[in-house]
Amino acid sequence: MGRLKLATVWFGGCAGCHMSFLDLDEFLIEVAGQIDLVYSPIVDCKEYPEGVDVALLEGAICNEDNLELLHKIRARTKVLVSFGDCAVTGNVPAIRNQLGPDNTTNVLQCAYIDNAQENRRLPTHDGIVPALLARVVPVHEVVPVEHYLPGCPPPADRIKAVLTQILAGKPPHLEGAQLKFG
Amino acid sequence: MAAKTLTVDGRQISAENHTTILQAATDAGIKIPTLCHLDGVYDVGACRLCLVEVKGTTKLLSACTTRVYEGMEVTTNSERLQKYRRMTLELLFAERNHTCAVCVANGHCELQALACELGMDHVRYDYCSPKWGVDATHPFLGMDHNRCILCTRCVRTCWHIEGAGTKNVAGRGTKSYIINDLNEPWGESETCTSCAKCVLSCPTGALFHKGATVGEMERDRSKLAFIVNAREKKQWVV
Repeated sequence: MGRLKLATVWFGGCAGCHMSFLDLDEFLIEVAGQIDLVYSPIVDCKEYPEGVDVALLEGAICNEDNLELLHKIRARTKVLVSFGDCAVTGNVPAIRNQLGPDNTTNVLQCAYIDNAQENRRLPTHDGIVPALLARVVPVHEVVPVEHYLPGCPPPADRIKAVLTQILAGKPPHLEGAQLKFG
Repeated sequence: MAAKTLTVDGRQISAENHTTILQAATDAGIKIPTLCHLDGVYDVGACRLCLVEVKGTTKLLSACTTRVYEGMEVTTNSERLQKYRRMTLELLFAERNHTCAVCVANGHCELQALACELGMDHVRYDYCSPKWGVDATHPFLGMDHNRCILCTRCVRTCWHIEGAGTKNVAGRGTKSYIINDLNEPWGESETCTSCAKCVLSCPTGALFHKGATVGEMERDRSKLAFIVNAREKKQWVV
Protein backbone atom coordinates (compact mmCIF):
# COMPACT_ATOMS: atom_id res chain seq x y z
CA MET A 1 0.00 0.00 0.00
CA GLY A 2 1.20 3.49 -0.84
CA ARG A 3 0.98 6.43 1.47
CA LEU A 4 -2.44 6.89 3.01
CA LYS A 5 -4.38 9.74 1.45
CA LEU A 6 -5.79 11.71 4.37
CA ALA A 7 -8.20 14.63 4.25
CA THR A 8 -9.49 16.80 7.09
CA VAL A 9 -12.60 18.88 6.56
CA TRP A 10 -14.09 21.84 8.41
CA PHE A 11 -17.90 22.03 8.33
CA GLY A 12 -20.00 23.93 10.89
CA GLY A 13 -17.71 23.94 13.90
CA CYS A 14 -15.34 26.24 15.73
CA ALA A 15 -12.10 24.70 14.34
CA GLY A 16 -11.31 23.51 17.86
CA CYS A 17 -11.01 19.93 16.56
CA HIS A 18 -8.41 21.09 14.06
CA MET A 19 -6.59 22.98 16.82
CA SER A 20 -6.56 19.72 18.76
CA PHE A 21 -5.26 17.97 15.63
CA LEU A 22 -2.35 20.42 15.54
CA ASP A 23 -1.88 19.69 19.22
CA LEU A 24 -0.57 16.26 18.17
CA ASP A 25 2.80 18.05 18.12
CA GLU A 26 5.72 15.76 17.20
CA PHE A 27 3.35 12.94 16.28
CA LEU A 28 2.40 15.09 13.28
CA ILE A 29 5.95 14.73 12.00
CA GLU A 30 5.73 10.96 12.43
CA VAL A 31 2.37 10.92 10.62
CA ALA A 32 3.65 13.19 7.86
CA GLY A 33 6.03 10.42 6.79
CA GLN A 34 3.16 7.97 6.31
CA ILE A 35 0.40 10.05 4.73
CA ASP A 36 -0.37 12.54 2.04
CA LEU A 37 -2.58 15.30 3.39
CA VAL A 38 -4.58 15.85 0.23
CA TYR A 39 -7.27 18.25 1.48
CA SER A 40 -7.57 20.29 4.67
CA PRO A 41 -8.16 23.83 5.98
CA ILE A 42 -4.37 23.91 6.41
CA VAL A 43 -3.67 22.75 2.84
CA ASP A 44 -4.03 25.02 -0.18
CA CYS A 45 -6.42 22.86 -2.21
CA LYS A 46 -9.76 24.16 -3.42
CA GLU A 47 -11.32 21.00 -4.88
CA TYR A 48 -11.84 17.85 -2.83
CA PRO A 49 -9.84 15.19 -4.70
CA GLU A 50 -10.83 11.70 -5.87
CA GLY A 51 -9.60 8.51 -4.24
CA VAL A 52 -9.16 9.71 -0.65
CA ASP A 53 -8.56 6.91 1.87
CA VAL A 54 -9.61 8.55 5.12
CA ALA A 55 -11.33 11.85 5.91
CA LEU A 56 -11.70 13.42 9.35
CA LEU A 57 -14.86 15.53 9.28
CA GLU A 58 -15.15 18.32 11.82
CA GLY A 59 -18.41 20.19 12.35
CA ALA A 60 -22.13 19.74 11.91
CA ILE A 61 -23.93 20.04 8.58
CA CYS A 62 -25.42 23.53 8.77
CA ASN A 63 -25.77 24.97 5.27
CA GLU A 64 -26.14 24.01 1.61
CA ASP A 65 -22.40 24.22 0.96
CA ASN A 66 -21.75 21.74 3.79
CA LEU A 67 -24.37 19.42 2.35
CA GLU A 68 -23.05 19.52 -1.20
CA LEU A 69 -19.44 19.05 -0.12
CA LEU A 70 -20.36 16.17 2.18
CA HIS A 71 -22.02 14.23 -0.63
CA LYS A 72 -18.94 14.81 -2.80
CA ILE A 73 -16.68 13.65 0.04
CA ARG A 74 -18.71 10.50 0.60
CA ALA A 75 -18.51 9.62 -3.10
CA ARG A 76 -14.73 10.18 -3.20
CA THR A 77 -13.64 8.72 0.17
CA LYS A 78 -13.27 5.17 1.48
CA VAL A 79 -13.48 5.85 5.21
CA LEU A 80 -15.26 8.75 6.91
CA VAL A 81 -14.59 9.62 10.54
CA SER A 82 -16.96 11.97 12.37
CA PHE A 83 -14.39 14.13 14.10
CA GLY A 84 -15.60 15.83 17.31
CA ASP A 85 -18.98 16.43 18.93
CA CYS A 86 -20.42 18.76 16.26
CA ALA A 87 -19.94 16.10 13.58
CA VAL A 88 -21.12 13.30 15.90
CA THR A 89 -24.08 14.97 17.64
CA GLY A 90 -24.71 18.40 16.09
CA ASN A 91 -23.54 19.87 19.42
CA VAL A 92 -23.55 23.68 19.75
CA PRO A 93 -24.43 24.52 16.11
CA ALA A 94 -27.55 22.33 16.48
CA ILE A 95 -28.85 24.37 19.41
CA ARG A 96 -30.70 26.55 16.89
CA ASN A 97 -32.87 23.52 16.02
CA GLN A 98 -34.67 24.13 19.32
CA LEU A 99 -36.12 27.32 17.85
CA GLY A 100 -38.27 25.27 15.49
CA PRO A 101 -38.80 25.28 11.72
CA ASP A 102 -38.28 29.06 11.44
CA ASN A 103 -34.95 29.00 13.23
CA THR A 104 -32.92 30.08 10.21
CA THR A 105 -34.89 33.35 10.01
CA ASN A 106 -34.76 33.80 13.78
CA VAL A 107 -31.00 33.33 14.20
CA LEU A 108 -30.13 35.57 11.26
CA GLN A 109 -32.57 38.23 12.47
CA CYS A 110 -31.06 38.04 15.95
CA ALA A 111 -27.43 38.18 14.77
CA TYR A 112 -27.59 40.59 11.83
CA ILE A 113 -30.55 42.88 12.64
CA ASP A 114 -31.56 42.90 16.31
CA ASN A 115 -28.09 42.88 17.83
CA ALA A 116 -26.16 44.58 15.03
CA GLN A 117 -24.62 47.95 15.80
CA GLU A 118 -24.55 49.10 12.20
CA ASN A 119 -25.14 47.82 8.64
CA ARG A 120 -28.32 46.08 9.68
CA ARG A 121 -29.05 43.72 6.83
CA LEU A 122 -29.15 40.00 6.17
CA PRO A 123 -26.11 38.59 4.38
CA THR A 124 -27.53 37.31 1.09
CA HIS A 125 -25.63 36.78 -2.12
CA ASP A 126 -26.55 33.92 -4.41
CA GLY A 127 -23.67 31.63 -5.13
CA ILE A 128 -21.48 33.17 -2.42
CA VAL A 129 -23.32 33.06 0.91
CA PRO A 130 -24.78 29.57 1.31
CA ALA A 131 -28.33 29.28 2.64
CA LEU A 132 -28.73 27.74 6.09
CA LEU A 133 -30.43 24.36 6.33
CA ALA A 134 -33.71 24.30 8.25
CA ARG A 135 -32.15 21.77 10.63
CA VAL A 136 -28.51 21.37 11.67
CA VAL A 137 -27.67 17.66 11.53
CA PRO A 138 -24.79 15.40 12.53
CA VAL A 139 -22.82 13.95 9.60
CA HIS A 140 -24.24 10.41 9.93
CA GLU A 141 -27.79 11.73 9.43
CA VAL A 142 -26.78 12.66 5.87
CA VAL A 143 -24.34 9.96 4.74
CA PRO A 144 -23.07 6.70 6.26
CA VAL A 145 -20.07 7.19 8.53
CA GLU A 146 -17.54 4.46 9.33
CA HIS A 147 -16.10 5.71 12.63
CA TYR A 148 -16.81 8.19 15.40
CA LEU A 149 -14.29 10.28 17.32
CA PRO A 150 -16.25 12.23 19.96
CA GLY A 151 -15.05 15.05 22.20
CA CYS A 152 -15.32 18.83 22.28
CA PRO A 153 -12.65 18.94 21.12
CA PRO A 154 -11.31 15.37 21.09
CA PRO A 155 -8.04 15.56 23.04
CA ALA A 156 -4.88 15.03 20.98
CA ASP A 157 -4.19 11.60 22.51
CA ARG A 158 -7.65 10.44 21.40
CA ILE A 159 -6.97 11.61 17.83
CA LYS A 160 -3.59 9.90 18.02
CA ALA A 161 -5.21 6.64 19.16
CA VAL A 162 -7.55 6.67 16.15
CA LEU A 163 -4.88 7.69 13.62
CA THR A 164 -2.43 5.09 14.93
CA GLN A 165 -5.00 2.34 14.51
CA ILE A 166 -5.97 3.55 11.02
CA LEU A 167 -2.32 3.71 9.95
CA ALA A 168 -1.85 0.17 11.26
CA GLY A 169 -4.70 -0.89 8.99
CA LYS A 170 -7.07 -1.67 11.86
CA PRO A 171 -10.61 -0.36 12.35
CA PRO A 172 -10.21 2.24 15.12
CA HIS A 173 -11.78 1.34 18.41
CA LEU A 174 -12.26 3.70 21.35
CA GLU A 175 -13.74 2.82 24.71
CA GLY A 176 -14.42 4.15 28.20
CA ALA A 177 -13.16 7.67 28.92
CA GLN A 178 -11.91 7.91 25.31
CA LEU A 179 -15.56 8.14 24.23
CA LYS A 180 -16.48 11.11 26.45
CA PHE A 181 -18.66 13.73 24.83
CA GLY A 182 -18.06 17.32 25.80
CA MET B 1 -34.26 -12.31 58.68
CA ALA B 2 -34.87 -14.92 56.00
CA ALA B 3 -32.20 -15.06 53.31
CA LYS B 4 -32.82 -16.00 49.70
CA THR B 5 -30.32 -17.72 47.48
CA LEU B 6 -30.24 -16.75 43.83
CA THR B 7 -27.96 -16.94 40.81
CA VAL B 8 -26.74 -13.75 39.15
CA ASP B 9 -24.69 -14.20 35.97
CA GLY B 10 -23.95 -17.78 36.99
CA ARG B 11 -22.78 -16.76 40.47
CA GLN B 12 -24.62 -17.97 43.54
CA ILE B 13 -25.36 -15.13 45.91
CA SER B 14 -27.58 -14.69 48.92
CA ALA B 15 -29.68 -11.70 49.80
CA GLU B 16 -32.13 -10.73 52.51
CA ASN B 17 -35.81 -11.25 51.82
CA HIS B 18 -37.49 -8.24 50.11
CA THR B 19 -34.16 -7.10 48.64
CA THR B 20 -34.29 -5.93 45.02
CA ILE B 21 -32.17 -7.61 42.34
CA LEU B 22 -30.25 -4.35 41.98
CA GLN B 23 -29.41 -4.20 45.69
CA ALA B 24 -28.52 -7.90 45.88
CA ALA B 25 -26.26 -7.62 42.82
CA THR B 26 -24.62 -4.42 44.06
CA ASP B 27 -23.93 -6.02 47.46
CA ALA B 28 -22.31 -8.95 45.65
CA GLY B 29 -20.11 -6.61 43.60
CA ILE B 30 -22.03 -7.11 40.34
CA LYS B 31 -22.65 -3.79 38.65
CA ILE B 32 -25.95 -3.11 36.90
CA PRO B 33 -26.22 0.30 35.18
CA THR B 34 -28.91 2.67 36.46
CA LEU B 35 -29.70 6.36 36.34
CA CYS B 36 -32.87 6.62 38.43
CA HIS B 37 -31.83 4.57 41.48
CA LEU B 38 -30.51 6.70 44.33
CA ASP B 39 -29.40 5.35 47.68
CA GLY B 40 -31.78 6.66 50.31
CA VAL B 41 -35.00 6.93 48.32
CA TYR B 42 -37.37 4.23 47.06
CA ASP B 43 -37.11 2.92 43.48
CA VAL B 44 -39.58 3.53 40.67
CA GLY B 45 -37.99 1.87 37.61
CA ALA B 46 -38.05 5.09 35.58
CA CYS B 47 -34.89 4.92 33.48
CA ARG B 48 -35.13 1.28 32.29
CA LEU B 49 -31.35 0.93 32.17
CA CYS B 50 -31.22 -1.74 34.88
CA LEU B 51 -33.35 -4.16 32.86
CA VAL B 52 -32.29 -7.78 33.46
CA GLU B 53 -33.37 -11.21 32.25
CA VAL B 54 -34.97 -13.53 34.77
CA LYS B 55 -35.37 -17.21 33.90
CA GLY B 56 -39.01 -18.19 33.56
CA THR B 57 -40.20 -14.98 31.91
CA THR B 58 -39.47 -13.58 28.47
CA LYS B 59 -40.08 -10.02 29.70
CA LEU B 60 -37.17 -7.88 30.74
CA LEU B 61 -37.55 -6.76 34.35
CA SER B 62 -36.13 -3.66 36.00
CA ALA B 63 -33.65 -4.85 38.62
CA CYS B 64 -34.43 -1.91 40.92
CA THR B 65 -38.11 -2.79 41.34
CA THR B 66 -38.01 -6.60 41.17
CA ARG B 67 -37.52 -8.43 44.45
CA VAL B 68 -35.39 -11.53 44.77
CA TYR B 69 -36.85 -14.98 45.39
CA GLU B 70 -35.41 -18.35 46.22
CA GLY B 71 -33.80 -20.03 43.21
CA MET B 72 -34.12 -16.95 40.98
CA GLU B 73 -31.78 -17.00 37.97
CA VAL B 74 -30.78 -13.54 36.76
CA THR B 75 -28.71 -12.47 33.76
CA THR B 76 -27.51 -8.86 33.89
CA ASN B 77 -25.37 -8.42 30.80
CA SER B 78 -26.46 -10.55 27.82
CA GLU B 79 -26.08 -9.36 24.24
CA ARG B 80 -29.82 -8.68 24.16
CA LEU B 81 -29.61 -6.52 27.29
CA GLN B 82 -26.61 -4.61 25.96
CA LYS B 83 -28.56 -3.91 22.78
CA TYR B 84 -31.59 -2.57 24.65
CA ARG B 85 -29.51 -0.55 27.12
CA ARG B 86 -27.63 1.16 24.31
CA MET B 87 -30.96 1.87 22.61
CA THR B 88 -32.49 3.31 25.79
CA LEU B 89 -29.43 5.45 26.39
CA GLU B 90 -29.46 6.81 22.84
CA LEU B 91 -33.17 7.61 23.13
CA LEU B 92 -32.45 9.57 26.32
CA PHE B 93 -29.85 11.61 24.45
CA ALA B 94 -32.16 12.12 21.45
CA GLU B 95 -35.20 13.13 23.50
CA ARG B 96 -33.91 16.39 25.03
CA ASN B 97 -30.96 18.69 24.46
CA HIS B 98 -27.92 17.14 26.10
CA THR B 99 -25.15 19.37 24.83
CA CYS B 100 -22.32 18.04 27.00
CA ALA B 101 -19.80 20.63 25.77
CA VAL B 102 -21.73 23.53 27.30
CA CYS B 103 -23.33 21.73 30.26
CA VAL B 104 -22.69 22.63 33.90
CA ALA B 105 -22.36 18.92 34.68
CA ASN B 106 -19.80 18.13 31.94
CA GLY B 107 -17.37 15.61 33.45
CA HIS B 108 -19.58 15.02 36.50
CA CYS B 109 -22.66 13.63 34.79
CA GLU B 110 -24.02 10.12 35.28
CA LEU B 111 -25.66 10.11 31.83
CA GLN B 112 -22.41 11.12 30.14
CA ALA B 113 -20.41 8.61 32.18
CA LEU B 114 -22.82 5.81 31.33
CA ALA B 115 -22.52 6.63 27.62
CA CYS B 116 -18.74 6.09 27.96
CA GLU B 117 -19.23 2.90 29.95
CA LEU B 118 -21.70 1.39 27.48
CA GLY B 119 -19.58 2.37 24.47
CA MET B 120 -22.03 4.86 22.96
CA ASP B 121 -19.96 6.63 20.28
CA HIS B 122 -22.96 8.19 18.51
CA VAL B 123 -26.77 8.34 18.60
CA ARG B 124 -28.53 6.49 15.78
CA TYR B 125 -31.86 8.28 16.24
CA ASP B 126 -32.72 11.74 14.96
CA TYR B 127 -32.48 14.33 17.71
CA CYS B 128 -35.87 15.72 18.75
CA SER B 129 -34.38 19.14 19.65
CA PRO B 130 -37.45 20.16 21.67
CA LYS B 131 -37.85 23.67 23.02
CA TRP B 132 -37.58 23.63 26.80
CA GLY B 133 -36.82 26.52 29.05
CA VAL B 134 -34.66 27.07 32.10
CA ASP B 135 -36.30 28.06 35.39
CA ALA B 136 -33.89 30.56 36.89
CA THR B 137 -36.38 32.24 39.22
CA HIS B 138 -34.96 30.74 42.41
CA PRO B 139 -32.36 33.00 44.10
CA PHE B 140 -29.54 30.45 43.98
CA LEU B 141 -30.79 27.26 42.29
CA GLY B 142 -31.71 26.56 38.69
CA MET B 143 -33.60 23.93 36.68
CA ASP B 144 -32.73 23.26 33.04
CA HIS B 145 -35.38 21.04 31.46
CA ASN B 146 -33.11 20.50 28.45
CA ARG B 147 -30.89 18.21 30.51
CA CYS B 148 -33.64 16.36 32.40
CA ILE B 149 -34.04 12.61 31.86
CA LEU B 150 -37.17 12.38 34.04
CA CYS B 151 -35.56 9.95 36.48
CA THR B 152 -37.62 11.65 39.24
CA ARG B 153 -34.81 11.39 41.77
CA CYS B 154 -35.44 15.05 42.68
CA VAL B 155 -39.16 14.44 43.18
CA ARG B 156 -38.55 11.47 45.48
CA THR B 157 -35.81 13.32 47.33
CA CYS B 158 -38.01 16.39 47.81
CA TRP B 159 -40.97 14.39 49.10
CA HIS B 160 -39.26 11.67 51.09
CA ILE B 161 -35.97 13.05 52.37
CA GLU B 162 -36.77 16.74 52.77
CA GLY B 163 -40.52 16.17 53.12
CA ALA B 164 -41.33 19.43 51.34
CA GLY B 165 -43.23 18.00 48.36
CA THR B 166 -42.32 20.89 46.06
CA LYS B 167 -41.13 18.90 43.05
CA ASN B 168 -43.69 17.03 40.96
CA VAL B 169 -44.12 15.65 37.45
CA ALA B 170 -46.56 17.23 34.99
CA GLY B 171 -47.60 16.17 31.49
CA ARG B 172 -47.55 12.88 29.61
CA GLY B 173 -44.92 10.96 27.64
CA THR B 174 -42.12 13.02 26.10
CA LYS B 175 -44.01 16.17 27.16
CA SER B 176 -43.59 15.24 30.84
CA TYR B 177 -41.55 17.64 32.88
CA ILE B 178 -40.62 18.48 36.43
CA ILE B 179 -42.62 21.27 38.05
CA ASN B 180 -42.56 23.11 41.36
CA ASP B 181 -45.80 23.05 43.36
CA LEU B 182 -48.70 23.46 40.93
CA ASN B 183 -46.39 24.51 38.10
CA GLU B 184 -45.24 27.78 39.60
CA PRO B 185 -41.88 29.45 39.01
CA TRP B 186 -39.42 27.86 41.43
CA GLY B 187 -38.63 31.24 42.98
CA GLU B 188 -42.28 31.71 43.93
CA SER B 189 -42.75 28.30 45.52
CA GLU B 190 -44.15 28.50 49.04
CA THR B 191 -43.22 24.93 49.90
CA CYS B 192 -39.58 24.85 48.73
CA THR B 193 -37.25 25.06 51.72
CA SER B 194 -34.23 25.83 49.46
CA CYS B 195 -32.44 22.82 50.97
CA ALA B 196 -30.91 21.98 47.52
CA LYS B 197 -31.14 18.24 48.14
CA CYS B 198 -32.79 17.94 44.71
CA VAL B 199 -29.61 19.39 43.21
CA LEU B 200 -27.58 16.77 45.08
CA SER B 201 -29.79 14.01 43.69
CA CYS B 202 -29.78 15.03 40.01
CA PRO B 203 -27.73 12.69 37.77
CA THR B 204 -27.27 15.29 35.01
CA GLY B 205 -27.01 19.06 34.71
CA ALA B 206 -30.79 19.59 34.98
CA LEU B 207 -30.59 20.93 38.54
CA PHE B 208 -27.70 23.19 39.43
CA HIS B 209 -26.40 25.89 41.69
CA LYS B 210 -26.54 29.24 39.97
CA GLY B 211 -23.12 30.56 39.15
CA ALA B 212 -21.77 27.14 38.21
CA THR B 213 -20.41 27.28 34.70
CA VAL B 214 -19.44 24.51 32.25
CA GLY B 215 -18.15 21.45 34.09
CA GLU B 216 -18.34 23.07 37.53
CA MET B 217 -21.44 21.34 38.87
CA GLU B 218 -20.05 18.66 41.16
CA ARG B 219 -22.10 17.02 43.88
CA ASP B 220 -21.69 14.60 46.73
CA ARG B 221 -24.68 12.28 46.54
CA SER B 222 -23.52 10.28 49.57
CA LYS B 223 -24.83 13.15 51.71
CA LEU B 224 -28.37 12.02 50.93
CA ALA B 225 -27.70 8.43 51.94
CA PHE B 226 -26.05 9.79 55.10
CA ILE B 227 -29.19 11.73 56.06
CA VAL B 228 -31.48 8.75 55.46
CA ASN B 229 -29.20 6.38 57.33
CA ALA B 230 -29.01 8.78 60.26
CA ARG B 231 -32.76 9.20 60.34
CA GLU B 232 -33.79 5.58 59.92
CA LYS B 233 -31.03 3.69 61.67
CA LYS B 234 -29.77 6.42 64.02
CA GLN B 235 -26.31 5.74 62.67
CA TRP B 236 -24.19 8.80 62.01
CA VAL B 237 -21.74 7.14 59.67
CA VAL B 238 -19.52 9.65 57.90
